[in-house]
Amino acid sequence: MRGIVGALLVGGLVIAAGVGLAGARVNPYVYFAGYVILQYVVIATAWNILGGYAGYVNFGTPAFFAMGAYTAVLLIKSLRAPLPVLIVAGGLVAGLLGLGIGYLTLRLRGTFFSIATLALSVVLQTVIINWEYVGGSRGLSVLRPAGPPFGSYVTFLFTVMVGLAVVAVLTARFIERSWIGRGLAALRDNEEAAECMGVPTLRLKLFATTVSGFLLGVAGAPFPYYVTFVEPNSAFALDYAVNALAMPMIGGTTSWIGPVIGAVLLGTAQQLATVTISSEMNLFIVGVVLVAFVVLAPEGILGLARRLRGR
Amino acid sequence: MAGLLLGGFYAAVSLGVSLIFGLLDIANIAQPAFVILGAYAAYVFNSAVGLDPILVGLLLTPVFYGVGALVYRVYYGSFERRGEESLRGLVFFFGILFIMEVSLSMTFGVDYRLVQASYTGRSIELAGVGVAFRYLVPCVVGVAMTVALYLFLGRTFYGRAIMAVSQDQAALRLMGADPVQIKTIAFGIGIAAASLAGALLISIAPVVPSTDRDYIGRMFAITVLGGMGSIGGTLVAAVILGITESLMSTFFGPSWSLAVSFGILLLALAIRPAGLFGR
Repeated sequence: MRGIVGALLVGGLVIAAGVGLAGARVNPYVYFAGYVILQYVVIATAWNILGGYAGYVNFGTPAFFAMGAYTAVLLIKSLRAPLPVLIVAGGLVAGLLGLGIGYLTLRLRGTFFSIATLALSVVLQTVIINWEYVGGSRGLSVLRPAGPPFGSYVTFLFTVMVGLAVVAVLTARFIERSWIGRGLAALRDNEEAAECMGVPTLRLKLFATTVSGFLLGVAGAPFPYYVTFVEPNSAFALDYAVNALAMPMIGGTTSWIGPVIGAVLLGTAQQLATVTISSEMNLFIVGVVLVAFVVLAPEGILGLARRLRGR
Repeated sequence: MAGLLLGGFYAAVSLGVSLIFGLLDIANIAQPAFVILGAYAAYVFNSAVGLDPILVGLLLTPVFYGVGALVYRVYYGSFERRGEESLRGLVFFFGILFIMEVSLSMTFGVDYRLVQASYTGRSIELAGVGVAFRYLVPCVVGVAMTVALYLFLGRTFYGRAIMAVSQDQAALRLMGADPVQIKTIAFGIGIAAASLAGALLISIAPVVPSTDRDYIGRMFAITVLGGMGSIGGTLVAAVILGITESLMSTFFGPSWSLAVSFGILLLALAIRPAGLFGR
């Protein structure tokens, strides 16, 4: 119980610090880049709930992210719905998508789930390209609401993302420490043994897929207001798929802090790198770092730190 | 008719996955990237010295075989031996897929590339229907590849060893054969098939580095539908997919054809994961 109170306290402090930073009105680029890094904290944490805790690899991060973003586009265009509604709706739609895909493929070996998610992005992108109402392949401009707090809308979105990141990390931490996390860890290590011990593996897997999908959708919902011009190529960018994998892998997948470390390190590095080198080179480096970590340091930075301490 | 020809070509593309994923049970999702690499190799030799793309594909199979054997050795040493293949192995192959796609787009840019050969523009009359050589040749080569692989697996020593390794590794080890060596050979052959498949791919349609994403769903849908590791099943499933896709693009427009493979994959997984000809 005290652990939860402490975690909530730290979360509150982080949000307060974010609002304080937003009030300070430093160089606008800080908020602009900070938003992307925090968005990756949410994405990496969400991915890790399924990938790290349960051991099921989701390659379809762009699909879930874009589900959130395009649900928001739809609601903005049809109802001019406010931001909190967009975030909840985006999360729900992406969560349902996760539940559906999980229901169809999770009863089989994990590989099939991964392959299905890999193909999922391509198919959903086809659907969006053919759907003229949300912009089709040409894309759609989105008008930001007038009169945001903190003077500029990007600064406001930055504080929203701070809050979402805190919620995502607290959710992951709660799952990890509860019986759900222990059940997921058990089925990750040996699914048959876990099933025999009475762990409701299918239900736990579906729960993890749904929560993971929900949070990915949540990360995508404010995206239309951030970029103000949504088109399929940016919403379904391969960057999300590779970063969602690379960040937890680099940080360490077994603990909630791993994806956060990975997202902050890799996210910051990419923000600095896009200024100096091309974005393709940037992605190339992420890919190489990912493979290097998977082959050489499978436990990530957390594992390396643990090994150093153990010596 | 177009769907039938497309099916022969899809079989060629999916053979590598059938062998590596179906028989060896290694989820090599980087296979489409190797196919695209084969396509670009064919493009380079075709535009530089004017070699026939399929000849290039054939000549480069030893190179691809070597690369494949090397990739498997790294995979085995890093994951399979430690029993960590499920999660990290998938991520490893995804990383390779990603690195290859990005390197190709850094080298060649994102323009569409295509090849010229003596037959690309011509066509013949078959039973009253005009058939473009551009589609006929890849189909014939694809069927030939399927037959060759089928005969290789059933009739030769190494082929039978590969079948054996897919059934019972421990028994194979007791018989005095090294499963790792056999798997290296099989993996190499799977990647070598990608070289030829890539050459066929660029003969049919222009290629960009991101074309690999369109083929991931197709390859695995065909492999699962055909029954994991069944070579004959691969051909049948490829023809089914080819016909369904061309019907779909006739009635609903070509942009929807990608959704077919995904639908087939999900249906097969939900209804009969063992596929049409599964054991």
